[in-house]
Amino acid sequence: MKFERYGKGIARGMALTFKHLFRRPITVQYPEEKLAVSRRIRGHELVWSPERCTGCATCARACPQGNIEIVTHAQGNKYVVDKFEVDIGRCMFCGLCVEACPYAALAMGTSYERARRRRQQLVLGKEDLTMSEAMRPSAYARPEFEAALPKQSLLVYWDREEGGQKLKRLPLSKKRGRGA
Amino acid sequence: MTLLEHLRLWLAMTLPGWAAYVIPALVGIVVMLGFVLTMVIVLIWYERRLLGRFQIRLGPNRLGPEGIFQPLATALKVLLKEDIVPSKGDRIVHWLAPVVVFVPILLIFAVVPLWQGAVLADLNVGIFYVVAISSVSVVGVYMAGWGSNNKYALIAALRTVAQMVSYELPVVLSILGVVLMVGSLSMTAIVEAQSIPFILVQPLGFIIFFLGAVAEMNRCPFDLLEADSEIVAGYHIEYSGMKFAMFYLGEYGHALAYSCIIATLFLGGWQGPLLPPVVWFLVKIMAIFFIIVWMRSTLPRLRVDQLMAFAWKALLPMAIINLFAVAAEVLWLPQTLPWLPVAVNFAIAGVLIVLWSRLFSLGGGRVEV
Amino acid sequence: MALKTEPIVLNIGPQHPSTHGVFRMKVTLDGEVVVDVEPVIGYLHRGIEKLAEGRTYTQNIPLTDRLDYLASMTNNLAYVLAVEKLAGIKVPERAEYLRVIMAEMMRISSHLMAVGFFLNDLGAMMTPVLYMWREREKIIDLFEMVCGQRLTYNYMRTGGVSQDIPEEFLPALKRFVAEMPGYIDEYDQLLAENEILLARTKGVGVLSRELAINIAASGPVLRASGVEFDIRRADPYSIYDRFDFDVPAGEAGDCYDRYRVRIQEMKQSVRILGQAIARLPGGEVCAEVPQLLRPPAGEVYGRIEAPKGELGFYLVSDNSIAPYRFHIRPPELINLTALKDMVVGWKVADLIIIFGSLDVCLGEIDR
Repeated sequence: MKFERYGKGIARGMALTFKHLFRRPITVQYPEEKLAVSRRIRGHELVWSPERCTGCATCARACPQGNIEIVTHAQGNKYVVDKFEVDIGRCMFCGLCVEACPYAALAMGTSYERARRRRQQLVLGKEDLTMSEAMRPSAYARPEFEAALPKQSLLVYWDREEGGQKLKRLPLSKKRGRGA
Repeated sequence: MTLLEHLRLWLAMTLPGWAAYVIPALVGIVVMLGFVLTMVIVLIWYERRLLGRFQIRLGPNRLGPEGIFQPLATALKVLLKEDIVPSKGDRIVHWLAPVVVFVPILLIFAVVPLWQGAVLADLNVGIFYVVAISSVSVVGVYMAGWGSNNKYALIAALRTVAQMVSYELPVVLSILGVVLMVGSLSMTAIVEAQSIPFILVQPLGFIIFFLGAVAEMNRCPFDLLEADSEIVAGYHIEYSGMKFAMFYLGEYGHALAYSCIIATLFLGGWQGPLLPPVVWFLVKIMAIFFIIVWMRSTLPRLRVDQLMAFAWKALLPMAIINLFAVAAEVLWLPQTLPWLPVAVNFAIAGVLIVLWSRLFSLGGGRVEV
Repeated sequence: MALKTEPIVLNIGPQHPSTHGVFRMKVTLDGEVVVDVEPVIGYLHRGIEKLAEGRTYTQNIPLTDRLDYLASMTNNLAYVLAVEKLAGIKVPERAEYLRVIMAEMMRISSHLMAVGFFLNDLGAMMTPVLYMWREREKIIDLFEMVCGQRLTYNYMRTGGVSQDIPEEFLPALKRFVAEMPGYIDEYDQLLAENEILLARTKGVGVLSRELAINIAASGPVLRASGVEFDIRRADPYSIYDRFDFDVPAGEAGDCYDRYRVRIQEMKQSVRILGQAIARLPGGEVCAEVPQLLRPPAGEVYGRIEAPKGELGFYLVSDNSIAPYRFHIRPPELINLTALKDMVVGWKVADLIIIFGSLDVCLGEIDR
């Protein structure tokens, strides 16, 4: 194999690398800056609405792994849900339970920061799963929640203002280097 | 007369002879060690930030403003790590290898002139001393590979020995070209003789020396002895803790040493128009290191037989021809036209590069098994 | 006077920066020359084929995500096509176009990853990886917008796709498709004519045409050896017969040709994307399919052109809600059977690049 191009290919490659010195780096300094995630994100939790749930357990039947545990007792002609437990340590967040629910009582969550120190803390019961200010539902298979969530920040629009999706820079916290 | 010799003469007026000899030596050693270790830390920071910018990301920027304490954190980390010695390896060889690799690199700095007269020992065989000392680290690398009792380390060590020994020859021959023009081996004399920087007068010599130096330093594109993707860190695969720190510092120390030597031999050392000479020296070192990091971030690495072919079939003949050309110029060209050798050498360099690219084939192919 | 030498056995073990997963090779070396190589697989076996027998057809879709986890959309597509063939379900037009758009975006993303890490194995120190991941990040952002996840999408369903695209998707995709050819040219500038790359990859690891056909290789590995066989042309599935694209093929079957074929396939995928976006119709995105699907008893083999080759699903149904037999034909396992012939006689450094140019993903080899 001959060195036919007299080093010209190497020079072109190095010119390209040099050009990148003048481009803005695409690093996002987490946790001071956070990207706005998709409105349909399948976050690491489920959000349950006790008013709409009837205890039919269609979600538990749809789960490929059997993560959802539901215990009910009958009261009149309705079911009262005693226990609705999801083990998010085993869950793969596929969203099949959300798609299966006939009463739109279950939605995926929006949080992805659910690391805990003990495995038992990953088993979420009825009170942890209820929809509230802290547990906001995402719009996956639930288009009614889409309007309340911010638009996703896309890398394609990185340094342009199109579509109003320029990366939102949150103010940096004072404790730099130790996370917010 | 270096500055230290001035100091010795001044002290000899008041102190006994042996004290007047020892104190300047200690002062010089402390200053030189301080320079080396500080510059190594600056180079570690510079390389990591620069690699980050080439790769459209920020480098380390969490510890201290713009990450300047990151090398310090790295140093603390390696100091606190447990020192693991392989049980079946050769203990003495394993323990001695980092020392044999690191100390010669420190010794090179004894003859590097920071500015006019600021050199630890102005040997009149300065550049010869540098060449001799830098070839001692090869033994250290091989000891590291052998003492680790690890096949990856052994493969790496054997490759390294072959690489470092082969690239000594073109490096020495291109240095000889510079020495012929200057007429002296002393580093200070070489800098003072450069009215035109030798990079212009001997472009081919510069290219050969630069590529040979990058190969001696085991940096990309010749870094196959610590090829992260093949033999997983090569010869220092079994080292942790302070011994690994010595290899790591040794790599950057090597880079600093060769940058200083290139600045001295080819770029004119401390000479420059407006700024103080030390600043010019630092600027030149940083510029050369920038090119080295730039090459590291862009180029893939060569295979071992291609590397050896490059040294023996391309660099060595070009270095010999360069030496003959320089010798002929020194003998026959008139001294009054300093720009004439520039033109002649550029022409020779162009012709040789074109000719070699046509004729030269890189390495072997498949071996019949 | 001949020196007595011995070959050594080196274990390029499951944990290694360049084995693209947990893959082990027992290599016998004579100096630096590879004399024998014995691959050992199974470190990532999870029993997907058996797990699938206990789950319904819809519940198996997230399982197929985890096969070749770098190209989940095409895994989903292959499985769903097989089930539709078995049950005789017709897919609406809009869903077909959306499937093609997702599959071609997935192909670009997978090839970016493959080429980037191939160059990383060569030693170019993560720089090409990071440049290519910038483009891959744009693709994955779009996937996140549609289905909510970035790696395991679970987007295709029997009879269509699970949900429609939001309105911000198409403008962003058009912007991406407009910029991508410029970025591919930048990759070419960085590395296509680089002398060191040419010296390392030209003529290295040749897979001859006869051997490639004999071992049933597929995908870019087959096309680089000179065989112009692409399932999208030879046995068209979905609506690929309506699009206008070329099938790039190499000549010599060496590592350099495999790298070039992948770059050119990316350009062709951008072309298909442009055509599909322009012709996207309205309508339903999923056919009406019962929640517990019972296909009629029988067997089917459905295959697609996945980024890594021919991905096939062999399903046997006995008219119940779960498949009776669920077998996966992984493209990379079949391609890997030629490893020994390609590698013997080259050096250790070449072994790593030849393996990297095959672009394996252990998830689908071990299943």
